[in-house]
Amino acid sequence: MSSPASTPSRRRGKRGRGSNPPTPQDARSPPSQKRRTDDSTSTGDLQPMPTSPPADVQSPGAADALFSSPPQFRHSAIPLDFDVSSPLTYGTPSSRVEGTPRSGVRGTPVRQRPDLGSARKARQVDLHSDGLAEDVVATEQSLGQKLVIWGTDVNVASCKEKFQRFLQRFIDPLDKEDEDIGLDLNEPRYMQRLQEINMVGEPFLNVNCDHLRAFDENLYRQLICYPQEVIPTFDMAANEIFFDRYPDSILEHQIQVRPYNALKTRNMRNLNPEDIDQLITISGMVIRSSQLIPEMQEAFFRCQVCAFTTRVEIDRGRIAEPSVCKNCNTTHSMALIHNRSMFSDKQMIKLQESPEDMPAGQTPHTVALFAHNDLVDKVQPGDRVNVTGIYRAVPIRVNPRVSSVNSVYKTHIDVIHYRKTDSKRLHFVDEETEQKRFTEERVEMLKELSKKADVYERLAFALAPSIYEHEDIKKGILLQLFGGSRKDFTHTGRGNFRAEINILLCGDPGTSKSQLLQYVYNLVPRGQYTSGKGSSAVGLTAYVMKDPETRQLVLQTGALVLSDNGICCIDEFDKMNESTRSVLHEVMEQQTLSIAKAGIICQLNARTSILAAANPIESQWNPKKTTIENIQLPHTLLSRFDLIFLMLDPRDEAYDRRLARHLVSLYYQSEEKMEEEYMDMAVLRDYIAYARSYVNPRLGEEASQALIEAYVDMRKIGSGRGMVSAYPRQLESLIRLAEAHAKVRFSAKVETIDVEEAKRLHREALKQSATDPRTGIVDISILTTGMSATARKRKEELAQALRKLIQSKGKTPSLKYQQLLDDLRAQSDTAVTKEMFDEALRALADEDFLTVTGKTVRLL
Amino acid sequence: AQNVPNSDWEKKVTEYFKEKLKENNATNWVPSLNDVPVHYLKPNSLVKFRCMVQDMFDPEFYMGVYETVDPNTKARVLHFGKYRDVAECGPQQEIDLNSSQTVTSERQTFYCVPVPGESAWVKEISFLTEPVQARVSPSTSYTPSRHKRSYEEDEDMDLHPSKQKEQHMGKSCCSGGDIHGCVEPKRLETEASAGHHVISPNCSPPLDLNFPLPGEKGPACLVKVYENWESFKVNDVLEVFGVLSVDPVLSIVNSEERDGSSLDPMECMDTAEEQRVHSPPASLVPRIHVILAHKLQHINPLLPACLNEEESKTCEFVSNFMSELSPVRAELLGFLTHALLGDSLAAEYLILHLISTVYARRDVLPLGKFAVNLSGCPRNGAFTEHLYRLIQQLVPASFHLRMSIESMNHSRFIPHKDYTANRLVSGLLQLASNTSLVIDETQLEQGQLDTAGVHNVTALGNLITWQKVDYDFNYHRMEFPCNINVLITSEGRSLLPSDCQVHLQPQIIPPNMEEYMSSLLTAVLPSVLNKFRIYLSLLRLLDYSISDEVTKAVEDDFVEMRKNNPESVTADDLHKMLLVARFLSLSVGQTTLSRERWLRAKQLEALRKARLQQQQSVNGNEL
Repeated sequence: MSSPASTPSRRRGKRGRGSNPPTPQDARSPPSQKRRTDDSTSTGDLQPMPTSPPADVQSPGAADALFSSPPQFRHSAIPLDFDVSSPLTYGTPSSRVEGTPRSGVRGTPVRQRPDLGSARKARQVDLHSDGLAEDVVATEQSLGQKLVIWGTDVNVASCKEKFQRFLQRFIDPLDKEDEDIGLDLNEPRYMQRLQEINMVGEPFLNVNCDHLRAFDENLYRQLICYPQEVIPTFDMAANEIFFDRYPDSILEHQIQVRPYNALKTRNMRNLNPEDIDQLITISGMVIRSSQLIPEMQEAFFRCQVCAFTTRVEIDRGRIAEPSVCKNCNTTHSMALIHNRSMFSDKQMIKLQESPEDMPAGQTPHTVALFAHNDLVDKVQPGDRVNVTGIYRAVPIRVNPRVSSVNSVYKTHIDVIHYRKTDSKRLHFVDEETEQKRFTEERVEMLKELSKKADVYERLAFALAPSIYEHEDIKKGILLQLFGGSRKDFTHTGRGNFRAEINILLCGDPGTSKSQLLQYVYNLVPRGQYTSGKGSSAVGLTAYVMKDPETRQLVLQTGALVLSDNGICCIDEFDKMNESTRSVLHEVMEQQTLSIAKAGIICQLNARTSILAAANPIESQWNPKKTTIENIQLPHTLLSRFDLIFLMLDPRDEAYDRRLARHLVSLYYQSEEKMEEEYMDMAVLRDYIAYARSYVNPRLGEEASQALIEAYVDMRKIGSGRGMVSAYPRQLESLIRLAEAHAKVRFSAKVETIDVEEAKRLHREALKQSATDPRTGIVDISILTTGMSATARKRKEELAQALRKLIQSKGKTPSLKYQQLLDDLRAQSDTAVTKEMFDEALRALADEDFLTVTGKTVRLL
Repeated sequence: AQNVPNSDWEKKVTEYFKEKLKENNATNWVPSLNDVPVHYLKPNSLVKFRCMVQDMFDPEFYMGVYETVDPNTKARVLHFGKYRDVAECGPQQEIDLNSSQTVTSERQTFYCVPVPGESAWVKEISFLTEPVQARVSPSTSYTPSRHKRSYEEDEDMDLHPSKQKEQHMGKSCCSGGDIHGCVEPKRLETEASAGHHVISPNCSPPLDLNFPLPGEKGPACLVKVYENWESFKVNDVLEVFGVLSVDPVLSIVNSEERDGSSLDPMECMDTAEEQRVHSPPASLVPRIHVILAHKLQHINPLLPACLNEEESKTCEFVSNFMSELSPVRAELLGFLTHALLGDSLAAEYLILHLISTVYARRDVLPLGKFAVNLSGCPRNGAFTEHLYRLIQQLVPASFHLRMSIESMNHSRFIPHKDYTANRLVSGLLQLASNTSLVIDETQLEQGQLDTAGVHNVTALGNLITWQKVDYDFNYHRMEFPCNINVLITSEGRSLLPSDCQVHLQPQIIPPNMEEYMSSLLTAVLPSVLNKFRIYLSLLRLLDYSISDEVTKAVEDDFVEMRKNNPESVTADDLHKMLLVARFLSLSVGQTTLSRERWLRAKQLEALRKARLQQQQSVNGNEL
């Protein structure tokens, strides 16, 4: 949008910068020299702009010179834009001057950066005392190294130059971040970013400190140590490049550089006094945010007597009211004009350290954050964020009346950059945070571990070492912890394929099922532990009942809490009531949870694995009964478990002996000795987390073949006896298990050995759980239909008998229900219960032979 | 330049105090905040405090070294900021906040409360062992004037050397300013008491001192720790020695801040509640600047504080007591048998319960917990009430939880984080290790539990089963391991889980429970009572092992038992028997399991089970 108004001004600006130092510079006195960099916080440009408010305060003389200078410099429209709007550019600056487009570094108003604060005023000191009169611009070419900001080793000119070089040249094709979508990694990354700013119009440039460090170690160090001085310099550099490139771009205000990812992300606990005034990045959780607070950045005073105006900038959080008018020397005549003062948005936020950073047994630390301007309201309580900012310690206000002061400083962080660690990455929630936690050595160690041939056994052994044996069950749980690969078939209409593995443990009491569950619950970051006894999916109340005979109190309670991306451990699954179980149907296969409340039906994601433990119906396992009869769970629910393990008391002398020895050892071994023997729980946890976030195995050709064979085999077992037994669900289970096993090996490809193990485990679990007691043959149909083959046959026969009976009645369109039952009973030589009859009717209805409506049976 | 001698100086101070306090009962000479009201103690004097860490606040940055400047003469003086809250300076001086000499240091604040549920006898005895107290007031009431004097003497003895020392150390860099900040103690004291009266109306709603248990008394304290604060955990019981700070200036500074102008940007940093909680009036919540702090293994004043040390004195004490162990045990058993209405089996189990402690955790499984469910208790509350009173006389810390629908629904069991005030609001289950929690279920009636009630009952269940409490941090929960002895009294089997259910079989039903119980207590000589107390606290701390032979024997036994009847003995039963055997051995002072003890343990278990069978508690799946 090049308009005649803007273009010249830009050109002049460039010339002014490049060739001859502009006049106001010369007119300045040494004190104003000192304040050079302060101005830069507000102007963002090397040259003291006439609009730069502090200059007015600093020296009225200079201000006069400045006010006289504009005609030299600018088109007449511009000064208007500046003088009126610049100090007041709060909100919508462009609306002030109707239709006058601004562009270029001159035209774009400067937005103050309260995040850099003015708590400590920077001064520039020349190392050679005679350099006072020299201008920075002049030194840029000749004596660049001499002039540094007071108290630091930062030289504005060289710093700026380096940063510009960084912006123009930095390329790192290997480093891929998720924000980098649409970036060409082989082109200078930040130039593309600037282009993006030009297009989008959001004047913020996020700079990854890691990149900066890779580019220039020293510049990075300066940034970390003197952010308050260096960041404005970066701003200048960025703006120059930007407006050089996109002279016609219109931005709300000048570009502000926002560095992030300083050093490595720090733990809040490690903050110490040495970090004060440095750039730090810490992670944590937002626990509270305040209302928006308008904070005065610059006060506008007018003399009541002579109407002389002056501006006072905030200094250490205070405004010093001028007591004497500089113009007419009247004392106490200056009055604050509110609507000409400048305010910025500010918000106080409390950040608490993330639970995983906390040492056990201590309470979390918190730190106060101050967010400014557009960073206000960017985060909400509950958000996990990485915050980059400047750590501040402010002495508590000196009270004039009390000579002694509290010797404690108040600390806070001025936020420069937020990086949310969840939200955007909702799909892979934990990955980002976990990725941060792995140091390189740790990753090396984990990879080393994964190369061991027996890693699978090793990990299984490390799982709940206090629980004796049950090797296969531990392996199954291990695979559950790793989970399968997530597949998305939404476009083909199938939706998400479940990647989570569900496991049911069923067995005798006292076989440490609960302990296993508790262990898993403690191991995973998002575990839930509930007891099925009285769990309810709705509300959370309970009733205390008293058994009148035993005077025993019974509690009926509990809530079923399902967490997304976690494992839900349900103890006493068999005691869960029907309505709650029905919720699980949806969760376990579709991985969603539907809630209907207040006329709204809402479907929530609940991608959770279920690890359930159930006691047999007679509390002791009855070996004469089938699993189904022992567990008494609806078969629809059972078929949703990938693995069903029986934890049976083997009643074997050798086993008892080993068990006894194991338990006795628990009672006298010292804690240290125990720890030596087993793999650390932390290692296991990291191993799982790493595999879950980085390893996503795909099926290989061979593995696919193996899976097909396995499935065909499974189906054959059933078809040999004339019935379909294995369902596609079992195939999916096999795939998941194979994928999980590949993850254990850190392998990107599912291979035959994975399928073999999946098959073995599946068979192992099934062999125990689906052995037909009458035939002794593995019968998967028990699981899928809830009845054994013989019972199934009986049902079939009854249905056929019923069909014959109906057909024998001739052409009657409808029959009476009760009549039919009586007839069937009369005909059959075995007892026919009502349930059996209903089932037979249903079977026939499925064949489209008849329909049942109320008490009549209609033939089709 | 100050830094190097500075750190030296700090180390020496700690060393010095450590040495001094080791000397003949010197610790007893230091006045304790537990016994003496704050306003009788001199500010800036050495005090001690026995407490539990209730909450940990954020670390503070303070002026470790600061400089004051006299605006008239421009004279500059360096001061030390350690061990104090307020940067002092003379009337004609100002603190130079921009001085390059300023050293910022870090310290950690703990919010400490007296040990929750601490028995009265613990307080009494530790109070009596303090010579000053014993000398001045054997009776109940304080005599302030005399006390003051005695404390001054006291303080002179203890503080003067340190004062000289500090002065000496500080002289090199400090031009003779008074380092300890002992500005005319008398004046300060009057100010303190004046401040007390002036300030209290200021904080209109009374400050919640955040004690875990209701009805607790005693001062809460902000304990400022200067080193090794990472080693302390929430719920640790500490004994701290440090400088008491009740400077009224603190309160003034805070109140000023509170009604200060809203223009101050620092004002919006903390909410009013947070202010109130984090800097309460010093008169209510004094500050202690810690010089020495150590964790306590136990709080029984009858035992040497630290039993691990290879000191001849402790060894002697232990071996002396061990020699007379069996008569003490017999007497205690008799006493408890009477208390349990003549049921000696229940008494036996009660002893085992009282000396149980979680000695290790195997992944999630706490080992050594022994929660007993005493079923078959008479319905009227009197029995459990009095039983608790007896237990209270025996253990250093205890709490009686009367379960009712009302109390379940309305009390705060689980500590939770209050983000507005930024503190951990305590709950009933925030207890120190080895606290006895007696839960009375006999009073519980049928009724509806609401959400809070369900959470509370779940928390109790978790506490018993896993010995941990999940503190509620609103956005997440955090697990705090604990070590609490839980005794549940109920009519039938308790609705809460337990490790072992003992059905009470009263032999006598006294017509007047109260009379019976109190006569029981008065019949015991105080010296014998003290022996009981030592017995229970000491045995808990002993080590224990099982030899290979016995392991073998136990194995054989287990296999044998299962052969006969696999249904009756499960791994769980073996767990229980091993536990009983452990505590049975310890209760007679044996640190290894012997064959006889194992058989006795089996016998006890068999008796207990027989009783349960007899009771025909139609149990479900648990046992």
